[in-house]
Amino acid sequence: MRCRKCSNRAVLGLPRHNTAYCGPCLTEFVRTQVQKAIKVQRMFSPEDRILVAVSGGKDSLTLWEILLKLGYRVDALYVGLGIPGYSERSHEKVERFAHDVAEACGSQLIIQTVEEDAGAGTGVKELANLIKRPTCSACGTIKRYQFNRVAYQNNYDVMATGHNLDDEAARLLGNVLNWQEEYLQKQSPTLPASVEGFSKKVKPLYRMTEREIAAYAVVNRIDYLVEECPNAKGAKMLVYKDVLNRLEAESPGTKHRFYWGFLEKQKKSANTSNHSMTDIDQSTLLPCETCSQPTTAGICSFCRMMARAKTATR
Amino acid sequence: MNVHLSHPTRDIALQGPKRVADIFKELQLIPEAFLVIRGQDLMTEDEIVADEDTIEVRPVISGG
Repeated sequence: MRCRKCSNRAVLGLPRHNTAYCGPCLTEFVRTQVQKAIKVQRMFSPEDRILVAVSGGKDSLTLWEILLKLGYRVDALYVGLGIPGYSERSHEKVERFAHDVAEACGSQLIIQTVEEDAGAGTGVKELANLIKRPTCSACGTIKRYQFNRVAYQNNYDVMATGHNLDDEAARLLGNVLNWQEEYLQKQSPTLPASVEGFSKKVKPLYRMTEREIAAYAVVNRIDYLVEECPNAKGAKMLVYKDVLNRLEAESPGTKHRFYWGFLEKQKKSANTSNHSMTDIDQSTLLPCETCSQPTTAGICSFCRMMARAKTATR
Repeated sequence: MNVHLSHPTRDIALQGPKRVADIFKELQLIPEAFLVIRGQDLMTEDEIVADEDTIEVRPVISGG
């Protein structure tokens, strides 16, 4: 297979675009797609300070690397979740990337651990067991809370995550299958800092598939953690991704059309609606009585979870 | 050839030479969910893996 752009040996076929690229042309393609995402979705400008949430996996480290290569002012946040073995290995990958690549660009790594939050040397699985919630659910609550808190308290203009096209298409499928309309409304590559206490959130990799991102990481020698989180075994998201990849094999571009079609409909709906997402957030969110982060309840889900965990350990 | 797989980590032996696309078929894997790496280089589906080669079939899907 030859690169469609320069005719050198291709390293990746992209059936959804009916094309193939060599290493340098793939790198250029991915970075151009990220730039396009940033521009089209009005994510941030070169003057903005960006905080990238990193896990040691391919998506977040690739996002950190691309934003540095594109010249943005970016730091990273790693949240250690106390998952035996896995957290140590993911932490090591992040530290190594920070040392080998990011530091030379003046980019800083911030570390936060769940043990500090729980206050009792507890990992996310033990915490989830204590409060009788699925581990992935407790993990999601902790990460969303910490990313927003650190970004807001440290005056970052925007918080970026490595969610890709597969993540967004799978999430959309899950939300549609369960008709979770309130979640559909919030499924956008850019979420505004709608109220005091919320950081703006963006997903600059939403135009790229997981395979394209992994290929970019291999080509650019980004040393990421290949192993999957042990707690993700049996997760619904993996089932949805598998279903979508089977459809993609039969009809290349399915994931792209599914998510793009949704974004188009969402845009049309926003243009005709009298209430923006910011209006809705401002009318429904209030500061948490414990930590002041915005919540629809009196006490936010993170503080409720931590209070339940502390009660359970007494 | 030696094929290294993940989730769970294991090595299997296949008879070569064989096209990458045929390795996917034999292992019943969806190409969209994997990369094939020989040494440090990615391989496309039309490329041939020799009997003496070692390749990694790396999953690209994460829990999200």
